[in-house]
Amino acid sequence: MNQKILTTHQLTIGYMPPRRPPAIIAGPITVALHAGELACLLGPNGAGKSTLIRTLAGMQKPLDGRVLLLGEDVHHLAADDLARRLSVVLTERPPAGLLTGYELVALGRHPYTGWLGRLTPADEAVVRWAVEAVGAADVAARPVSELSDGQRQKLMIARALTQEPAAILLDEPTAFLDLPHRVEIMRLLRRLARETGRAILLSTHDLDLALRTADRLWLMPAGGPLQSGAPEDLILNGAFEASFRTEGVTFDVQTGAFRVQDGARGRIYVNGDGAATIWTRRALERAGFTISANGGPVLARVEVRPNGSGASWRLHRNDRSSEHFSIADLVAALEPGEAQ
Amino acid sequence: MTQPVTAPSPPPTAARSNPPINRRWGLLMPLVVALALAFIASLAIGSVNIPPDQVAAALLGREVERPVWAQIVLNLRLPKATTAALAGAALSVSGLMLQTFFRNPLADPFILGISSGASLGVALVVLTAGVAGNTLVAGIGLTGDFALAAAAAAGSAIALLLILAIARRMYSNTVLLIVGLMFGYFATAIVTILLYFAVPERIQAYLNWTFGSFGSVTWGQLRVIAPAVAIGLLLALLLAKSLNALLLGEVYARSMGVNLRRARTGIMISTAVLAGTITAFCGPIAFLGVAVPHLCRSLFRTSDHRLLIPGAVVVGAILSLLTALIAEVPGSSAVLPLNAVTALIGAPVVVWIILSRSQVQKSFDT
Repeated sequence: MNQKILTTHQLTIGYMPPRRPPAIIAGPITVALHAGELACLLGPNGAGKSTLIRTLAGMQKPLDGRVLLLGEDVHHLAADDLARRLSVVLTERPPAGLLTGYELVALGRHPYTGWLGRLTPADEAVVRWAVEAVGAADVAARPVSELSDGQRQKLMIARALTQEPAAILLDEPTAFLDLPHRVEIMRLLRRLARETGRAILLSTHDLDLALRTADRLWLMPAGGPLQSGAPEDLILNGAFEASFRTEGVTFDVQTGAFRVQDGARGRIYVNGDGAATIWTRRALERAGFTISANGGPVLARVEVRPNGSGASWRLHRNDRSSEHFSIADLVAALEPGEAQ
Repeated sequence: MTQPVTAPSPPPTAARSNPPINRRWGLLMPLVVALALAFIASLAIGSVNIPPDQVAAALLGREVERPVWAQIVLNLRLPKATTAALAGAALSVSGLMLQTFFRNPLADPFILGISSGASLGVALVVLTAGVAGNTLVAGIGLTGDFALAAAAAAGSAIALLLILAIARRMYSNTVLLIVGLMFGYFATAIVTILLYFAVPERIQAYLNWTFGSFGSVTWGQLRVIAPAVAIGLLLALLLAKSLNALLLGEVYARSMGVNLRRARTGIMISTAVLAGTITAFCGPIAFLGVAVPHLCRSLFRTSDHRLLIPGAVVVGAILSLLTALIAEVPGSSAVLPLNAVTALIGAPVVVWIILSRSQVQKSFDT
């Protein structure tokens, strides 16, 4: 069992507005973040993910309970002591200034340097290591203002690394990135957790990516208790679906994907295999049909027939058959106006 | 086992991609030379034509052809040039700190109501106290000068205490900014009422103070100004590291170990001492505090305050000396209001530099 880096004990998070009763957002929460582990904090908007991260990072006082970092209460540590043990990366696009990438990363040495912030050769070595660890060595000499969002966020992660913390907390670090960059950042974080033995927690809305990369999920349903566990365990015991259950969206335990439509237009049986069949099913689900796994009473049957590089589709409905040469064509043929 | 997570030993990679920090520092030397030249020019040039060798003789304490020349150089031009240099440095550095702190390119030393507080103090003395208005017109050794400075200092101090009280309570920067602005409006309103009921001579005396001037400062007053500016600048240097962290915003700065309350209090004290002292003795000198920080970022191409603070000291002093020189209108006996000159000459220059280098946009890019 990996060592626990960050633990909470009966933690209640929320706000203490002046002259009003405290606004409880979630809790009590008892959970642990382990060394070498990438944990993803998932939950719908408003469940309190950011509040939890801020409370764990010592930026916001809990209403009740404690956050322990290596046995010490984060809310009792001095700012520089805390900065040597825990670093954060936030959603907001980091301000650029006229700093170079290297200078931006070097800011992370703040809690270690003297009053003028002069970097020793050892500090410089840590900064260079961090820049290379996130794969940003090629942009380190350039002004941050010229870099893309993805490159900036990598530098912010490198900066978090140069604080040499035991734990790194990231609040939706990939929110404004495109999919390839989100994947890249997630892979980077998982690798860093493994290779450096640090505990990394990030909140994200990217459920699919989190399911595929996280060692552990922290599920935070609105109003419900926080549950943590391996992604697969949480899917199989239904906790995952329960956290995100809303109108018209269902989680398919078979495919591990969310279904957006309710499938109320009827059942369709799709026969075939290969990529063309998978995407045919997706298209029909998107159009509002339910895919029938077995025979049974169905609205229609579709036969997917690969031919060469493409495919053709044969639609059987009401004793009539038709041939289609694209999925768009097939879906159009199922529209109500085309029924007769 | 208190620290089980060991830092991975960084692989020894060759030093590459280090920014050319030294080359940026190299720019400081020629600027210091330029500052020396501007200072010498301020001593040599003025409404009275004094030959350069006689200026040198006066400075070295040697015999001068006419005694009044020594008097002019030593007791008029030297304190004036020293004041101009100190004022330029002080206002530029406090502007730099506040622009970083508020992450606002328009912030200047007076954004927190310091000049409004000083104006209120001066207005109360000039417009209501029993001092004859015409003795307060800027000049040397007039009795009203210290009363004026004391009133301005008291006004600045009240503004400072108000801001500090709020800064200590850890409200957001925006709250700080709005309270500063509101205090400014409040003080200006009282000044307006005072002006409305004042007699014309006193209004003129008050207006003269608002024009700004380095010429009315005496050696006796410099004994107050110089140490105050030195303390303020020293404090600014001590804050350079925190200011660098604050480039990423307060939340990141705190997460990197900046004691926000201490940094904020330090910035407020430093800017208030710097801007408050200069305003008290020279009037509300506009423009330098906003323009010089932008100029320095453009020139040095950096956001590193360890370089920008010394840079702002030197560039601010140069600009201040030059504008004071131009305000003298060399070769004539006319003297233009300092505030008019700083903006009239400085604004187009700064616009030109900024447009041609486009660094300002980047410095405050979010």
